[in-house]
Amino acid sequence: MIPLFVAIPLGFAFLIPLVSKYKEGFARACAVAGGFFLVCVSVASVYWIKTGAMTYAVGGWKAPFGICMELDALSVLILLVINIIGFLALVYSAEYIKKRYTSPGLYYALFCLLLAGLNGVAISGDLFNMFVFLEITSIASYALVAFGTEAEELEASFKYMVLGSIASALILFAIGILLAKVSTLNMADIARQLMRQGPGNITVLYCAALFTMGFALKAGLVPFHTWLADAHPAAPAPVSAMLSGVVIKTLGIYQLVRVIFNIIGFSQAMSFIFVWLGIISMVVGVLLAIGQWDFKRLLAYHSISQIGYVVFGIGLGTPLGIIGGLFHLFNHSLFKSLLFLNAGAVEFATGTRRLEKVAGLSNEMPVTGVTSLIASLSIAGIPPLCGFWSKLIIIIAAFQVQHFFGAIVCLAVSMVTLASFLKVQKYAFARKAQNPVAGIKEVPLSMKVSMVSLAILCVGVGLFFPVIINTVIKPAADVLLAGREYINWVLGVK
Amino acid sequence: MSLYILCTVLFAVGLYCLLVKKNLVKKIIGLGIMEYAINLFFILTGYRTAAEAPILDRELAITNFVDPLPQALILTSIVIGLAVTALMVAIAVRLYEKYRTFDINEIRRLRG
Repeated sequence: MIPLFVAIPLGFAFLIPLVSKYKEGFARACAVAGGFFLVCVSVASVYWIKTGAMTYAVGGWKAPFGICMELDALSVLILLVINIIGFLALVYSAEYIKKRYTSPGLYYALFCLLLAGLNGVAISGDLFNMFVFLEITSIASYALVAFGTEAEELEASFKYMVLGSIASALILFAIGILLAKVSTLNMADIARQLMRQGPGNITVLYCAALFTMGFALKAGLVPFHTWLADAHPAAPAPVSAMLSGVVIKTLGIYQLVRVIFNIIGFSQAMSFIFVWLGIISMVVGVLLAIGQWDFKRLLAYHSISQIGYVVFGIGLGTPLGIIGGLFHLFNHSLFKSLLFLNAGAVEFATGTRRLEKVAGLSNEMPVTGVTSLIASLSIAGIPPLCGFWSKLIIIIAAFQVQHFFGAIVCLAVSMVTLASFLKVQKYAFARKAQNPVAGIKEVPLSMKVSMVSLAILCVGVGLFFPVIINTVIKPAADVLLAGREYINWVLGVK
Repeated sequence: MSLYILCTVLFAVGLYCLLVKKNLVKKIIGLGIMEYAINLFFILTGYRTAAEAPILDRELAITNFVDPLPQALILTSIVIGLAVTALMVAIAVRLYEKYRTFDINEIRRLRG
């Protein structure tokens, strides 16, 4: 069952460009059906994996020698995020791509390739294999950012490619050094060899530093954030939703915590670095977001700030902190992709994303207005929506370990976020239009469907948050807390 | 050991070129240098002095052989590098069509 996560989107990615030339609509039907199937499989896998891990040996070569794929609760959480957002973004794409871009066939092919790469990263149990999937994802997202081939999009894509390639190079370098040190690539086996050699090795620390730099570049944490605010707004709206909602988390946060917690081993020094990267990202991201008038650019800066919360929560290293961080990761993917889809809907209807140029849209576009209000309140942390609970958990966790400064920063950043989104609501949706533009219509059905489903998820997760935490988040946090127990799950040594 | 340090120096040269040069084509060349430095590093980690090719043969028992794993990895890495370089060159050509220049000081519409 595990290889299906990669095989289905990868198969469609090859099939779609071949067939879509001759048959209109094939690409969309295929991609949406594939996306729906992936959502079903990932929801089912929540029930298969409670503790431990399922492994699959590619080609029948047993782990540590062959390439293995492994599915544990942390992978399941990431797979859920990837496939739910991916499916809804594909549903949204139908009308949006047809109206605004040429060659939808290639778009769907690249989107499937992106999904295949992301799913591959989430289930890979082999370090080099993970790198290959990371590069598949990166190449697909470089191409998707440049999909409009206008001047700005090409420029953003080039910048993204330069910094993305540096990140990949650093990661590959670190993999090379680890390979030279322990002569194996299986992640669990590397962890076992490193444990035998004991802690405090300078080479391993060097690798940890390279990995942290590489993955922080992919995640857009603050000293490494410059590409993010150009690349995310330039892409088509469903792709922006994927990039901000999923790609930075899978390529950045998931891989970082997997490598640091399960392979290299979490320590006080790592905790310090994570916490401060998180705090700086939170503050700088939100300060840069305040002055923005471009709707999507504002959202991109808020992504940096919210990713700061996730890293801060996980970096605290306590069970509650990790649960809060992972829960915020899950919630952020819901509300941030909803906001990007809203921004796409505004651009679709009015032709601009400058907030000062649009006005009073909640009369003409009630669905977009209401869903964006829900998403804005979620990201600002208003109870009982989903963003509130995860921020609350992170702040309580910070108080528990007596990190008062971090807790206060979390609260303050939350206030500024609220102010920033009230601006969005006031200018774009609430205020009366001075000279109303005729002909602004609500967006087509497919776009409404995916925005409404995401809004329902935001409210639902907020109301039933204990259920979500118990079934999905807590097992995932246990994987991180178990640390090098991971070796026994994958290699089956009792 | 000095070979490994030279690899790191080559990596730094590529990184410098990628970050500091103003011309898009030179940046792409810098990326290429960086990738080659890593490939070279991988191959060096598999090198053994006076070793033979790792071919399984029932007659000859080869005891001292070159580690074949990094070589296999580097084949994959070269292909990935090719894909990234091809995409970058394609985008640089499209950028040239829009701006009529390769100089990144002129290509600056995104800011803020």
